[in-house]
Amino acid sequence: MADVMTAFGLVFQPYVLLVIMASAAFGLFVGAVPGLTATMATALLVPVTFFMPPVPAIASIVTATAMAIFSGDIPGALMRIPGTPASAAYTDESYAMTRKGQAETVLGADLVFSVIGGIFGTIVLVAAAPSLAEVALKFSSFEYFWLVLLGLSSAVFITTGDPVKGIVSLLMGLLIASIGLDNPAGYPRFTFGSIELLGSIGLIPMMIGMFAVSEILRFVAEPQDKAEMFQTQIGNVFKGMWGLFKKYPVQTLRGSVLGTAIGALPGAGADIAAWMSYAMSKKFSKEPEKFGTGHVEGIVEAGAANNSALAGAWIPALVFGIPGDSITAIVIGVLYIKGMNPGPMIFINNPENIYAIFIVFFLANVLMIPLGWMAIKAAKRILDVPRNILMPVILLFCIVGAFAINNDLFAITVMLVFGVVAYFMEENGYPVAPAILGVILGQMLEENFISSMIKADGNLLGFFSRPIAAGLGALTVTIWLWPLLSRLMRGRPASPA
Amino acid sequence: MKFNDALIGAALFILAVAIGVHIRGFPEMPGQKFGAALFPGLIAAGLLVCGTMLFVRGVRSGDRLVVLVPWMRMPQQVANFVLVCALLLFYIFASDALGFIPSGFIILMALFLKLAVPPLRATVVAIIATLVIHALFYKLLRVPLPWGVLQGVAW
Repeated sequence: MADVMTAFGLVFQPYVLLVIMASAAFGLFVGAVPGLTATMATALLVPVTFFMPPVPAIASIVTATAMAIFSGDIPGALMRIPGTPASAAYTDESYAMTRKGQAETVLGADLVFSVIGGIFGTIVLVAAAPSLAEVALKFSSFEYFWLVLLGLSSAVFITTGDPVKGIVSLLMGLLIASIGLDNPAGYPRFTFGSIELLGSIGLIPMMIGMFAVSEILRFVAEPQDKAEMFQTQIGNVFKGMWGLFKKYPVQTLRGSVLGTAIGALPGAGADIAAWMSYAMSKKFSKEPEKFGTGHVEGIVEAGAANNSALAGAWIPALVFGIPGDSITAIVIGVLYIKGMNPGPMIFINNPENIYAIFIVFFLANVLMIPLGWMAIKAAKRILDVPRNILMPVILLFCIVGAFAINNDLFAITVMLVFGVVAYFMEENGYPVAPAILGVILGQMLEENFISSMIKADGNLLGFFSRPIAAGLGALTVTIWLWPLLSRLMRGRPASPA
Repeated sequence: MKFNDALIGAALFILAVAIGVHIRGFPEMPGQKFGAALFPGLIAAGLLVCGTMLFVRGVRSGDRLVVLVPWMRMPQQVANFVLVCALLLFYIFASDALGFIPSGFIILMALFLKLAVPPLRATVVAIIATLVIHALFYKLLRVPLPWGVLQGVAW
């Protein structure tokens, strides 16, 4: 209890509250501008949070991402362009509602059900993380090995359309992770005599490259669609929301539960949660024929799902150090920099910081109601900011941000290389998320693999010798065999003509 | 630019073999069976398998080796892409000598003008944005951004 009080003290300070408000404004802006994503907001925040104490640093990321996932809905409803990929699932539906003269209802539903989903996800995070951490305390290298492999496998098989490309992306990530001195043998691998590569490739410059520079490249290279903003007066967005909640309680709950679960699954984040929820909503709806014509039901469900996914992603990130989405992938890097190494011990060593993160999650979601309302009111101004001015300024910000981590120009080279690589990966259908997870988890996977091999004396059956490890192992193997099994069950596929 | 699976598969295959050869030089851990080469070796094996699968798939598909996406046929769009990369390289090589403020200004101006921002507006925004980012990182966050040619008038 004393820790909870300390945590309140850590959050309710003028400096921290100021950081939260500024991050909220930043997040709302970034989310609402098409082409800028919540992950990009996080990557851009890291260099700034680098110089803050742990609680405000984490608070700024939590707040900015929650706001961005909501405000990504605004241009979806008004311009038929999703502000972030997490809104893409129901952009057409939202715009159809606006055209039917229901702009207030759709924006209100976006806001209110984002808040409900966000709070639901937070409650699950608060309830699940500490108890999971207690279980995790008993884990040995066998359990951790399987857990990491399970996370990586789900990123490859569940979240990507083409498993082979997903595996390639993952393997490249693992390969990058093995560069440098940080391996069980302490031998400099793949450094080719370069001093910069000894310490392996900097995670933060790499992320800024993959999530920010690649988007800038996309913006300048691909001809932009001219999108007109739908001219409409927006009145009271909260009108009729209680009615919607009473009409769709099951949808709200289902979206929040599925969103939290997808968020907790490594590699899949808010965008996949929204797509799956929207599809599920349509499947179970009593009026599926209305979907696509400007029907609010799917927006309620998917809008709750993408915000609940944000909090869900923090569960494996905090408890095991395994990121649930690309945002927490960056967060884990920040936690290490701040000396709050993720893992079950964080709940024993820094309970007050963990509680502070929980409090910030609640605070951010509650603050979303007034601030989100203001963002809707200011939507026209935000969407009028010319992107041909914004993108170059962001590029300069990226340069300084990458440099600031180590005061090192090599970081800018890393940023450039990974920006170009990420751009071409996506263009060729190679998902970026498995690569990121591979880079982050490579060292953990190798360490636990090698020490398990040593303990089991090279006998792979040893990896199944403990009950939880055996369960996790069986699950992992099932996921790997799944494409094969489902093919066998369906009979042989027709040979391509 | 979309590459045929066969091309990427072949590249991955070569990479895997190269890793396989390279890690033979890694020393063994004294008294341990499992050294620095084991993990990269497994990665290489995985890449070998995936590379082969992609190669076979690509050859069977009979698609062209490289397909240019629409923007790659538009000189202006290609120039934009190249310009962003070139400006980053410019910063890497010139910022120490030139200093952050001149390099930042040049980067912004070049991109603004290329992206059709009116010259006057471009100049004003470039000056203000460079100075604001400099103030934020140099003064507030104490990042040692280089002064370069402005060393004499550093503030």
